[in-house]
Amino acid sequence: MLAIYKKEIHSYFTTPLGYIFLAAALVISAIIFSLSTLLSSTADTSGYFQLMIYLMVFFLPILTMRAFSEERRAKTDQLLFTSPVSIFSLILGKFFAAFTMLAIYMSISAINLIPLYIHAGANTPNGAIIIGNMLAMAFVGMCFIAIGIFASSLTENSAASFLITAAILIVLLVINLLNTFIPFEWLRTVLSWLSIYARFINFTYGIFDIGAVIYYLSITFIFLFITERLFQVRRLG
Amino acid sequence: MIEIKNLVRKFGSKYALDDISFTVRDGDIVGFLGPNGAGKSTTMNIITGYLSPTSGNVLVNGIDVFEEPTKVKKLIGFLPEQPPLYVDMTVWEYLSFVFDLKGCDFNKRAHLDEVCELVKIHDVKKRLIKNLSKGYKQRVGIASAIIGNPEIIILDEPTVGLDPMQVIEVRNLIRSLGKKHTIILSSHILSEVQSVCSRIVVIKDGKIIADENTPKLNKVIGQDNKFQVRVAGPQKEVHNLLRSIHSVRNVTCDGVRDGDTYTYVVEYSGVGDIRKIMFRELANKGWPIMAMEGVSTSLEDLFVKLMQREKEDN
Repeated sequence: MLAIYKKEIHSYFTTPLGYIFLAAALVISAIIFSLSTLLSSTADTSGYFQLMIYLMVFFLPILTMRAFSEERRAKTDQLLFTSPVSIFSLILGKFFAAFTMLAIYMSISAINLIPLYIHAGANTPNGAIIIGNMLAMAFVGMCFIAIGIFASSLTENSAASFLITAAILIVLLVINLLNTFIPFEWLRTVLSWLSIYARFINFTYGIFDIGAVIYYLSITFIFLFITERLFQVRRLG
Repeated sequence: MIEIKNLVRKFGSKYALDDISFTVRDGDIVGFLGPNGAGKSTTMNIITGYLSPTSGNVLVNGIDVFEEPTKVKKLIGFLPEQPPLYVDMTVWEYLSFVFDLKGCDFNKRAHLDEVCELVKIHDVKKRLIKNLSKGYKQRVGIASAIIGNPEIIILDEPTVGLDPMQVIEVRNLIRSLGKKHTIILSSHILSEVQSVCSRIVVIKDGKIIADENTPKLNKVIGQDNKFQVRVAGPQKEVHNLLRSIHSVRNVTCDGVRDGDTYTYVVEYSGVGDIRKIMFRELANKGWPIMAMEGVSTSLEDLFVKLMQREKEDN
């Protein structure tokens, strides 16, 4: 697993992909941050963080779009799948590499918060809310990455992989927004299982929600697991 | 030792492999011979655990590939038809990744140096793989297959797309690897497996049609010989003269003339060389031989002969 993790990190920084992700996400978050806090003269960061979580729908697929699709296109999957390594550890290696990139983005973007502390005066930002929002982004990001890796195993074309991931994530978002309008109780209950976007609300109030943590870990695991099953089934043709 | 038992693989409703069984003993260099689409790559992909068979099984040193894939994969080094290279890496980065991926536990630097020395890629170690020539890429692929000193090396069409010099180098490399490893290599070129392999398995349409050691197969091929000769002289008379030579079985003329020169393909059976007799006979008539060359047996000829032998055996 470590070998594939190192290889992925290496390739994020030797191909433009890693830089595109970091540059795009950092620039956009800097703009949104200035508009939503500095220019609005407020120390409330919730709006900024929530918008950034929604925008991850477009940023994170950049990291995962090549994960397995490029391996298949270049036929390097033959090397990976004939090596003495389990398929699941290959998937985990790729997952953690993409997650590391998200963590790098989050660390750098934390610089945005510094002016808030310098200029806030008596109106200091709420640390619990900031940490809660960052946790929310990490957990939601985890699910997005797992879904992206799953999508990349469906196709040889990384552009298609990007679009599939973004489409899945947008559908989930729309379901979440429409959920309150559905008149059937049972359907709402079922759909709430897919509400990746709703479960992190407690975090944004600065409350640590263990139920949500378990939910996000499960969703991540489920997508990584079906990716593994997919490869097993594909071997059978 | 690799035991392949009753392997069947279907793609949709088409049989890519139809009940294939053979055994590879330790130290063998086995040539897997067949035309494109015969099932060579499919078989190799199944042995290496990349594909699963529809039915049948593969045992490597008694271990089932599908029950304990990780154990078996440790024993095998595989070069697929298209070398699985990460073109954005340098040769050294790539080999070092393969070393880590295979979880080898000996000195990395020394081992990779040794492998580079063996396949002669020392001078391109620091170059990006995408900038290498086809021959070098192939050698990097072979290097990745032999990293970790696997007992068994499986090479899928290792000489395709190389220029003649590179083909010779790769064949020599395979011969030298054969001293320490068990090797299976696939090819659609008869002369290639004849020159490199100790045993040949011939496969056609997903079925094995011959499985024997090379000298024995050479006998089947060598029962009649064939060469091509260009003679300046009247077509009909030359044709009749060639036909009249003892042990000539068949003469065909393609009818393409170049002045008064025609090209004839002469097939003869039995031992001995009829070229001296032919030279004297043609010289007596005053018809000069302009050119003469051997025609190597094609894969199709081999199939025909194997079919004939089967009929005779029955």
